[in-house]
Amino acid sequence: MDKLLLLGDEAIAQGAIDGGLSGVYAYPGTPSTEIMEYVQASKQAAELGIHREWSANEKTAMESAIGMSYAGKRALVCFKHVGLNVAADAFINASITGVNGGLVVLCADDPSMHSSQNEQDSRFYAKFAMIPILEPSNQQEAYDMTYSAFELSERLNVPVMLRITTRLAHSRSGVGRKEVKAQNGMRLPSDPRQFVLLPAIARVNYKKLLNTQPLMDTLAEESKFNTLSKGKNNKLGIIAAGIAYNYLMENIAEGDYSVLKLSQYPIPPKQVRELYEQCDELLILEDGYPIIEEMIKGFLNLGKPIHGRLDGTVPRDGELNPAIVAKALGLEVYEGMPIPEVVKKRPPSLCLGCGHRDVYIALNEALEEYGTGRVFADIGCYTLGALAPFNAINSCVDMGASITMAKGAADAGLVPAVAVIGDSTFTHSGMTGLLDAVNENSPITVIISDNSTTGMTGGQTSSAFGRIVEICKGIGVDPEHIHVMNPLKKFHEENVQIMKKELSYQGVSVLIPQRECIQTFARRKKAEKKSAGKN
Amino acid sequence: MYTNICTQEEGREKIRWQKLIGSQIKSINMKTDIILAGVGGQGILSIAAGIGLAAVKTGLYIKQAEVHGMSQRGGDVQSHLRISDKPISSDLIPQGKAHLILSVEPMEGLRYLPFLSKDGWLVTNITPFNNITDYPEVDAILKEIKKIPNHIALDADAIAKEAGSSRSSNIVMLGAASPFIDIEFDKLEDGIRQLFGRKGEEVVEVNLKALRAGREFSQKNR
Repeated sequence: MDKLLLLGDEAIAQGAIDGGLSGVYAYPGTPSTEIMEYVQASKQAAELGIHREWSANEKTAMESAIGMSYAGKRALVCFKHVGLNVAADAFINASITGVNGGLVVLCADDPSMHSSQNEQDSRFYAKFAMIPILEPSNQQEAYDMTYSAFELSERLNVPVMLRITTRLAHSRSGVGRKEVKAQNGMRLPSDPRQFVLLPAIARVNYKKLLNTQPLMDTLAEESKFNTLSKGKNNKLGIIAAGIAYNYLMENIAEGDYSVLKLSQYPIPPKQVRELYEQCDELLILEDGYPIIEEMIKGFLNLGKPIHGRLDGTVPRDGELNPAIVAKALGLEVYEGMPIPEVVKKRPPSLCLGCGHRDVYIALNEALEEYGTGRVFADIGCYTLGALAPFNAINSCVDMGASITMAKGAADAGLVPAVAVIGDSTFTHSGMTGLLDAVNENSPITVIISDNSTTGMTGGQTSSAFGRIVEICKGIGVDPEHIHVMNPLKKFHEENVQIMKKELSYQGVSVLIPQRECIQTFARRKKAEKKSAGKN
Repeated sequence: MYTNICTQEEGREKIRWQKLIGSQIKSINMKTDIILAGVGGQGILSIAAGIGLAAVKTGLYIKQAEVHGMSQRGGDVQSHLRISDKPISSDLIPQGKAHLILSVEPMEGLRYLPFLSKDGWLVTNITPFNNITDYPEVDAILKEIKKIPNHIALDADAIAKEAGSSRSSNIVMLGAASPFIDIEFDKLEDGIRQLFGRKGEEVVEVNLKALRAGREFSQKNR
């Protein structure tokens, strides 16, 4: 079979499809989005009847995947690193319930924060849950590991984390495929109470999880994804995890150093001990936090010198690259020509023709009489309202935080307080916060800037499906204070007046400016034109 | 067997580029590291992914790292494209080692100068894409471009327009880059014929003209 040219994300998707997947659950988030998109576009997945719809948020995705596992089938759940925070309750408890069908949790971390608000390292979560991690170094491994991860999960009776970083998620290379495995048939867990985490049952399950730890170590030691190769220089031994191995091999030839290529966790005790005994010092290369380094170094740091992010051999933050690794090895790096001063920053910006623009222009005007510092925004394209020329928002913390932060600030006396949130983020985790505000009739003005899509990640479906008004009414917002608006220049005056009126209202108002995302609009028009041409 | 990821219209664009370059890429039998630079929406990811698909098809190794997400909203975007007849380790081109920076925008090419090798080439369009308030004077940018020992600076938009299609500026840039990525030129022309054949002889001729004009410019100014 010929090779496919796949992004790391796509390799994972194809590996899952070929590995007997029955359903993928996800909420869009850079750099993980392309996994679900690939499965959605795959004819093979359609023929196999694989479930492939977006979930409302990462928690619902995780729970649906646990449900599919309960029913005996193989499930993949995908999100970005901060998405795991949302899904954490379900995720951690899934390691206590164990699995029935194989359950793989894909976390795409974003060191250097290319498209994120932090660079947290998902490997800590896996350690917390006491489950194995597979961390591919390249696209082929991404495919191979996903392909075999379901079996590993079923064998160990735990979810398996698949951890990648942005660079692998969004880099293409050739990938060879394996035979397509059949999906599991539906079968209930042999113990009908396996998933009932009453304390008495949870204690038993937890002991089982603890007792499985030695087997996880053994499987990591025996894993073909972990290899210890001996080198001629035994002064320095190197542990390179995941994609860090590529940056290492860009700089050295095989046999130069003793190297532990680490791609399956728990950290394999046997190989680490062997490398440690053989070498005078160790260098740890890992993309993300220094988790391996901390573990090997230990709190007292009484052993041989361990180099890495903690002692400054490697920068403490940001993603790795070949030059950083070269410097860590003491190699000379040609720095290239400097970037001339004439080069200016080109930050991303709201598209021309985007409805969020008109919302901010109107909001800035409506708020003039109250002064600045009272707009709590959220995660999405509209976060770009923080930049010039709008300078319109004062917060962006986590999904859904706009409404609840506005409520808290109003509780403290900041009235009016304004929340700006998109339709997809609202259904992700804004609705429950709105309920809090309704229950206390908090004096906040919530603007749900509705472009009918999940815009920032490229236009995925949005779980409201046009029902924002009904949802707000259902939550209990007074219909007299729900206004659908048209964020176009010609309605600017009218929109400012509505905003002013509701800003002065001492209760919950919801303003819903509705205009289709300019990107999805353009795509839709193009598709319509094309299909018209065919007829 | 190939899958084309067409969840966005970019997918079709990728296939176009693959058809264009697919049969010609065999002649690359060395290690070529290219940084493609531009602004989100200018189509550099399509060029990069198209070349990459073709390389895999012909049995070469490639790695091609690109930027998705936030930056695509009008921010600076770049793609690291590595093609080799041997396995490639890093997805990123090491600092100071790129053979070529191919930039469809003048300021953006300069942004990646730390990646250019001592004898590497900068091939850049000089038509600015101005979507920021502090965009520098074009002359100041050109002055910096001229400081680079190996550079080709061309007005791809004007050349494309002269050739008869202002939409062909990326074809002009491909032509301008062609002397540096070792692609047999007559095969590139075949690619253009194949690619635009469906749209009629006139479109083919316009794009051939754009491709040749880009190449001629590079050869004259090399």
